[in-house]
Amino acid sequence: MAALEYGGATTLRHAFGSVLCFFILLLIGVLAFSIRLFSVIKYESVIHEFDPYFNYRVTQFLTKNGIYDFWNWFDDRTWYPLGRVIGGTVYPGLTLTAGSLWWLLNSLNIPLSVETVCVFTAPIFSANAAWATYLLTKEVRGTGAGLTAAALLAMVPSYISRSVAGSYDNEAVAIFALIFTFYLYVKTLNTGSLFYATLNALAYFYMVCSWGGYTFIINLIPMHVLLCIVTGRYSSRLYIAYAPLVVLGTLLASLVPVVGFNAVMTSEHFASFLVFIIIHVVALVYYIKGILSPKMFKVAVTLVVSIGLIVCLAVIAVLVALVASSPTKGWSGRSLSLLDPTYASKYIPIIASVSEHQPPTWPSYFMDINVLAFLVPAGIIACFLPLSDASSFVVLYIVTSVYFSGVMVRLMLVLAPAACIMSGIALSEAFNVFTRSIKFQLPGIPENSHSGAGDTTSGSATIKNDAVKSEKHSSTDKKEDSLKERPSKKNRKKEKEPVEKATIKSQVEKKLLALPLEMSVVAIFLLVLLGALYVVHCVWAAAEAYSAPSIVLTSYSHDGLHVFDDFREAYAWLRHNTEVDDKVASWWDYGYQTTAMANRTVIVDNNTWNNTHIATVGTAMSSPEKAAWEIFNSLDVKYVLVVFGGLVGYPSDDINKFLWMVRIGGGVFPHIREPDYLRDGQYRIDSQATSTMLNCLMYKLSYYRFVETDGKGFDRVRRTEIGKKYFKLTHFEEVFTTHHWMVRIYKLKPPKNRIRGKTKKSKAGSKTSSTTSSKRAGRRKNPWH
Amino acid sequence: MAKLFVTLILLLPLLCNCFSSENPTDRRILVLLDDLGIKSSHSIFFRSLQSRGFELDFKLADDKKITLQRYGQYLYDGLILFSPTVERFGGSLDLSAVMDFVDSGHDLIVAADVSASDLIRDIATECGVDFDEDPAAMVIDHTSYVVSETEGDHTLIASDDFIQSDVILGSKKIEAPVLFQGIGHSLNAANNLVLKVLSASSSAYSAKPGAKLSSPPSLTGSAISLVSVVQARNNARILISGSLALFSNRFYRSDVQKAGSSTRHEKSGNEQFVTELSKWVFHERGHLKAVNVRHHKVGETDEPAMYRINDDLEYSIEIYEWSGKSWQPYVADDVQVQFYMMSPYVLKTLSTDQKGRYFTSFKVPDVYGVFQFKVEYQKLGYTSLSLSKQIPVRPFRHNEYERFITTAFPYYGASFSTMAGFFVFSVVYLYNK
Repeated sequence: MAALEYGGATTLRHAFGSVLCFFILLLIGVLAFSIRLFSVIKYESVIHEFDPYFNYRVTQFLTKNGIYDFWNWFDDRTWYPLGRVIGGTVYPGLTLTAGSLWWLLNSLNIPLSVETVCVFTAPIFSANAAWATYLLTKEVRGTGAGLTAAALLAMVPSYISRSVAGSYDNEAVAIFALIFTFYLYVKTLNTGSLFYATLNALAYFYMVCSWGGYTFIINLIPMHVLLCIVTGRYSSRLYIAYAPLVVLGTLLASLVPVVGFNAVMTSEHFASFLVFIIIHVVALVYYIKGILSPKMFKVAVTLVVSIGLIVCLAVIAVLVALVASSPTKGWSGRSLSLLDPTYASKYIPIIASVSEHQPPTWPSYFMDINVLAFLVPAGIIACFLPLSDASSFVVLYIVTSVYFSGVMVRLMLVLAPAACIMSGIALSEAFNVFTRSIKFQLPGIPENSHSGAGDTTSGSATIKNDAVKSEKHSSTDKKEDSLKERPSKKNRKKEKEPVEKATIKSQVEKKLLALPLEMSVVAIFLLVLLGALYVVHCVWAAAEAYSAPSIVLTSYSHDGLHVFDDFREAYAWLRHNTEVDDKVASWWDYGYQTTAMANRTVIVDNNTWNNTHIATVGTAMSSPEKAAWEIFNSLDVKYVLVVFGGLVGYPSDDINKFLWMVRIGGGVFPHIREPDYLRDGQYRIDSQATSTMLNCLMYKLSYYRFVETDGKGFDRVRRTEIGKKYFKLTHFEEVFTTHHWMVRIYKLKPPKNRIRGKTKKSKAGSKTSSTTSSKRAGRRKNPWH
Repeated sequence: MAKLFVTLILLLPLLCNCFSSENPTDRRILVLLDDLGIKSSHSIFFRSLQSRGFELDFKLADDKKITLQRYGQYLYDGLILFSPTVERFGGSLDLSAVMDFVDSGHDLIVAADVSASDLIRDIATECGVDFDEDPAAMVIDHTSYVVSETEGDHTLIASDDFIQSDVILGSKKIEAPVLFQGIGHSLNAANNLVLKVLSASSSAYSAKPGAKLSSPPSLTGSAISLVSVVQARNNARILISGSLALFSNRFYRSDVQKAGSSTRHEKSGNEQFVTELSKWVFHERGHLKAVNVRHHKVGETDEPAMYRINDDLEYSIEIYEWSGKSWQPYVADDVQVQFYMMSPYVLKTLSTDQKGRYFTSFKVPDVYGVFQFKVEYQKLGYTSLSLSKQIPVRPFRHNEYERFITTAFPYYGASFSTMAGFFVFSVVYLYNK
């Protein structure tokens, strides 16, 4: 009777817990979505930054022309005159996601514009990512940890920085895909179900579609498998979790055009194949061990090891030879710079020039993951207390992602979910301990059930410990064991399933963690305070730091808010005042925006696939006017666009990026030498600057007529007066300068209609020099100097 | 990509908006004179222009009412400056106005003479012609001077060193030498727009006649050009002569015997030379136009928005020459088309049907990108044709590759046999015992 009643109570309680859990998750989703809307509220519903504009343009194309045209899209508006095969060089996951969202909404008669869908894709998917985090953490360490981790992830600043409304970039969906793939892997590992294994491969496929970061998955999971094998945790569940993923995942990955044969040809993927072989060998060994007597097994081992060693050596030799024959040893530049952080700055200026590829500074850790940085170690310890397959996986995840985030600031994004999971585990464990202590010591509850309740909840760690122990003992058939383990996990919440716990109880009783009441209360208060600090910081980061769309800038000064909308002003000018087939040259940062907003052909854009082409533009920008004109003319360029921040103090302008242009240009065209632009190793544009610097096109286009603004030519970014103030342009003419001078557009002058004779008059001499001699031998003195 | 981004950039009408595409020959010409006597002393030249349909408007060079344009429209199609001594033009005309006139596609004839003013020299310099700096210098030739009764100072020279071009000087050979008396000029070798039409003989030099040579003359030999023409990039044409007398009735009618030659010509070559040259300058000859640029795949007629690599295509263009009255088919065997992306991937000489149509066919190279059909036709004496038409070339679509490749059959066999083997293995493993 009592048992029945009791059972009813637990069911009710369980149901109540599920409903509560569901609503908490719903609220977390709402939180994740709404915290990312600051940019829309503060600015407007607009696509942000650079890459999102490309994605937006691709999505527009997709919604207009359908998937097959998208797949085969040859874009003749970028990389003139090379063009770009967009369908084969883009990760289509994001585009397809937003495209299907749009299609779905439209077929439900909800007429949203493509832009709106694109703007809100990232917030929607961060809600998904929060839920995926819940699932993953729940698999690792129960519902409580899951909810905490999901709540933390919903507002972790690092992730917000890449997923505010309008930040329509691959990472927006890729982080969800990443966490979800991990969840399915851990789920398969826990259940050993082939169904989840297949889902896992599909999730992996979605990740491959979405982001180049999928190589993280295909290296992390083999690492974990190897770790399990080495630590003697091999089981059939591990095999089921891994083998289908490699086979199906690789097959599916090679279906993505941008990956294609890379899925089997590049070194990034080799680790997975190697582990695939190893796991088969291990499986075979276990199988043989099962059917042979121990003595026979020993003989077989020596036999196989000797032969296997030879075969392995041969295979490795072939692999090494294959890999060594390629110049980059089969690794792409970005991956190499992951392994050797100094690689990019040494060899590939084009990778090093991107600010998000730089190593992060210490403050950026505090900025991006805030208090999580302190909670992560606690989480790692909590994971070790009962080390299961799943928790060892998240430990491995956090360790590798910490390393990668230290290499590239952009990969902070991969660290953020791991940090959230770890902190979630740590927080929930801590709360568990403290609340239990309070509950245990409160005088009102010392009922007959108290010891049991205290035991099971407090001892959840130890129970698991035991489970793991037993798991170790009977490593051959894990299946039943794990099935046993899972109900036992559930039982923790039900608090009472006295049948088999009875034996454990007695062992555990003495290990009971009972802290003093006051201490627990204070600790809980402190933890809540910590959480509150985190929330405050996250909201601040979302509202202030990360929601600027970067195409519209604002600044506060004593006389109020200033809005700098120069970029859109310039692009609108281009769209309305130039021919549809005119080519616009600019540094590659502005390529995507020019094609998307101005709808004009560009020479280079943010997809940096052709180093030579970028170097050509860099060379033109760092050449004297005439040489630059010749380069641009040979590329049919009509307009040159430069971004100049000297008037309003906008620091990321072309003059500050100029050294990268010189470096990238000089990497291909050796006559551009970086020391020519530096005075004693210093980059300067004042009167001490070198004449090469003062005569290069970038200087001239940036500072042309600049002295007319304040009479002195004071550059507010470099905080100095410019070196050469009065000069004229012979081969370019200014056609448009935006309100705050942030974007300046120049037109190439056509060649002179006539060629002058060579009179000796000094007045005429200057004009002739530009046209009479076609050769530019040596460095001619600028006539206006 | 329903919309096609193909443009036709016809540089020709773009740059020289003054030549009406229907009728490029000039009609209204302003003639500026030092004094009105020139009107009668050079009447044959003027009459020949008038008889060819030109309206001549004679004005003194310092006339206060000279104006080239009104309300932004040019009143004249051509300008003849027979005023070598004028220091300042009257009215609104000055050096830059003359140059703007040329740069907007109008034609110019400049005749200098001994003691030419700085203004005339400046105009010549702007066009790429440098007259001898010494204001008193003349071209002197002690071997090919004109034999006359009095032994002069050999400044009246007879030259027959013409440019070899039927377009500029007409197809009829000029038999008699051309009389010239005036100053010489030199051309910059690097300047490819200016042509030496009549050059001095190798024994000529430029110096002050009668004076003793204290230093070597600055201009000597056949480097001295007597008459030059310029065709600007916008196809405006300019004639510059160092002698005003070249156009005069006196030289036209004069009989001529070159020193050292026994033949005595009844009439000098001046009339023929000047007439033919003025025809060229005023676009009665050597003016080309290109129309009807077409391209399509072999076997189709519509112009595609985009080609695929390895497509076979046909390209055609029609080129006509202005004969002074009508457009005649232009016949040549050296018109070439480039299929161009940063460098020509295909360069083909077009074949012609003798009726003005030029055509060829070729295979698109195995390279994708944004290509251009380029016709860059620059032939001595003709207006330059420079056409480019942009056309993208795309790679194969995903379903345009071969589905099954013969060489890959071992792989197909391997995969299917593996599948079959796996199936058999499963059956045996699952249902055996």
